Amino acid sequence: MFNGTMEQVNEALFEGASDAVTLVISLSSVLVFWLGMMRVAERAGILKGFAKLFRPIVKRLFPEIPDGHPAMGYILANFSANLFGLGNAATPMGIKAMEEMKKISKSDHASNSMITFLVINTSSLTLVPTTVIGIRMEYSSAAPTEIVASTILATFITTVSAITIDRLMQKTRQK
Amino acid sequence: MVEWLTVISIWLVPVTVMMILIVAIIRKVPAYEVFVEGGKEGLKMSVSLLPFLLGMLVAIAILRSSGALDAFIGLLQPILSKVGIPADIAPLAILRPISGTAALSVTTEIIKTYGPDSFLGRLASTMQGSTDTTLYILTVYFGAVGIKKMGNALKVGLIADFIGIIVSVIIVSWLFL
Repeated sequence: MFNGTMEQVNEALFEGASDAVTLVISLSSVLVFWLGMMRVAERAGILKGFAKLFRPIVKRLFPEIPDGHPAMGYILANFSANLFGLGNAATPMGIKAMEEMKKISKSDHASNSMITFLVINTSSLTLVPTTVIGIRMEYSSAAPTEIVASTILATFITTVSAITIDRLMQKTRQK
Repeated sequence: MVEWLTVISIWLVPVTVMMILIVAIIRKVPAYEVFVEGGKEGLKMSVSLLPFLLGMLVAIAILRSSGALDAFIGLLQPILSKVGIPADIAPLAILRPISGTAALSVTTEIIKTYGPDSFLGRLASTMQGSTDTTLYILTVYFGAVGIKKMGNALKVGLIADFIGIIVSVIIVSWLFL
């Protein structure tokens, strides 16, 4: 309005809309594949076994989720996919985890475990930032992977502080 | 260590798929029928996701093209430089939680201009890799299951992003200077 860029705004509006459609279509391919696969895993009892195995570690993060609930299995699947940089597998598992958590809370308000789960996701869990390494290689870095250590360290600190802030806010909410 | 992790990443998906199918056969689960059933759910999910994503992407596109986002960055730049964030990095710091593609193009631009092995190049690389697009994640995950009240999720996410920016500056200065 003030910058005389109304034309670009018009263009951007529809470009943004069509970007969303493209995104959803590419997302639907991984959603269909992974949700199909994970349903098989769930029916075969793999998710439950997985959840039981790592229960002691994640129990403290998600105290609201009962023992052996499938939500835990999906949360763990999402975390492992994230750690190995498999973003397109992580999203379907994460959505399933949210769905299971919604079954526990039975409301359309975000529950504590949902917020904890998302905050861990937004602060990222990646061990190897493949995209960034790719860009660095393209511009002929002498050591494209030298930022891996700094990235892991930064990721670790942000994730820990995100969990801490989330906990503090939960406490003030309950008061 | 890095090579190792890359190898694991490549093998993880095929091996996981194989393991799931083997266990399904052993436990006599009708794998194909169950797969299709779960897949249908995935399709439904992506359709219900569209309005949420479209709304967010259009809003961001308007903010960027109208210059409102640039004005906002210009406003925050002096404040961010007071806490030790270089002016050239400020746009990346602000865009990172808002738009994944915009942040990636800024990172590429910084690496291209200053070189991947410069302080700014390393800093941009670290920032890009160490946090995710908060707004996108919240939209997709809350949108897909129809959560309308996000609680503190956005607030906590953005505070964590801010900490991530500061921490990246400290770590990169400490490791590479």
